[in-house]
Amino acid sequence: MRVNALLSFVIILLVALTTFATRVAPFLLFPKGKPIPPTVKYLGDVLTPSIIGLLVIYCLRNVSLTSHPFGLPEVIGVLITGALHVWKRNTLLSIGVGTISYMILVQMVF
Amino acid sequence: MGYKKAFKKAFPYTIPVLTGYLFIGIAFGVMYAEKGYSFWWAILMSLLVFAGSGQYLAVNFFVPGFSLIQVVLLTLMVNVRHIFYGISLLDKFNKMGKKRWYMIFGLTDETYSLLATTKTPEGVEEEKFLFAIALLDQFYWVFGSFLGGLAGTYIKFDSTGIDFAMTSLFVVLFIEQWMETKNRRPALVGIALSALGVCVFGADRFVFPTMICIIIVLLAGKKVFVKGGEEYAG
Repeated sequence: MRVNALLSFVIILLVALTTFATRVAPFLLFPKGKPIPPTVKYLGDVLTPSIIGLLVIYCLRNVSLTSHPFGLPEVIGVLITGALHVWKRNTLLSIGVGTISYMILVQMVF
Repeated sequence: MGYKKAFKKAFPYTIPVLTGYLFIGIAFGVMYAEKGYSFWWAILMSLLVFAGSGQYLAVNFFVPGFSLIQVVLLTLMVNVRHIFYGISLLDKFNKMGKKRWYMIFGLTDETYSLLATTKTPEGVEEEKFLFAIALLDQFYWVFGSFLGGLAGTYIKFDSTGIDFAMTSLFVVLFIEQWMETKNRRPALVGIALSALGVCVFGADRFVFPTMICIIIVLLAGKKVFVKGGEEYAG
């Protein structure tokens, strides 16, 4: 361990509390029993697909397209995952093969 | 009663997360072990925190002299997107009793995506079904962290690139909801604005401003995004 056990535990607790705070915020804003405004309801319905789109980009945010290997491992990895999923629609297969292909690409090819 | 059935029904829906969490949980455990922390610590953090990228980042906090204020600020920065997740689940969670506190705690990117896109199947209580999904997901995460912590301590292997499982997972979830719905505009808005956001705001700080932009666009284009957007007119 790099820092002592007590400090390690305090750090974990702080990360846990901060994370929970971000997750609980909307529920404090719109508590049980209070009607949810229609605009918020609408947002709740259309926001999910947008957020999943954002999360795909979030995972790829540090990929550089201008320097070697020009994002090629990521592009190939995403294409393999996507194509396999559209074809077989077997999640285990898509994620497993996609990830292992990517690992081979970054460790041995590029 | 009814929990056994709920878990049985929920399990198939959680298989994507099972796959993703085993990979990225292992990656977390390995990274944490490399900092000198045994699998017990990995399990503890995964039990108490339960956050993918949050825990990846947190691994760097355990060095002498790292300030606790930094711990809070950096965690806040990487997890601020979670503020928006609850909005889609207010109705569902507010119907639940005390269990909703665990549901809120368990709102990771992956669990959120599942809960917000999955319809409860016939013949099972929604409350128990949703709870089963969240609990199974955390179990996979803790188990993955344990395996990674174990492997990181006792076997040396090159895990470079293993965290791509997270990318694959969201690509799969994206395709799934793309195939399930006819209204693809919100998904396209998410992808396009986020790509733009990375260019404009930079990779380290694009999430929050991009979220705000997405919300503004979704609100401004209500009629475009929902056929018969009037149903929300109040």
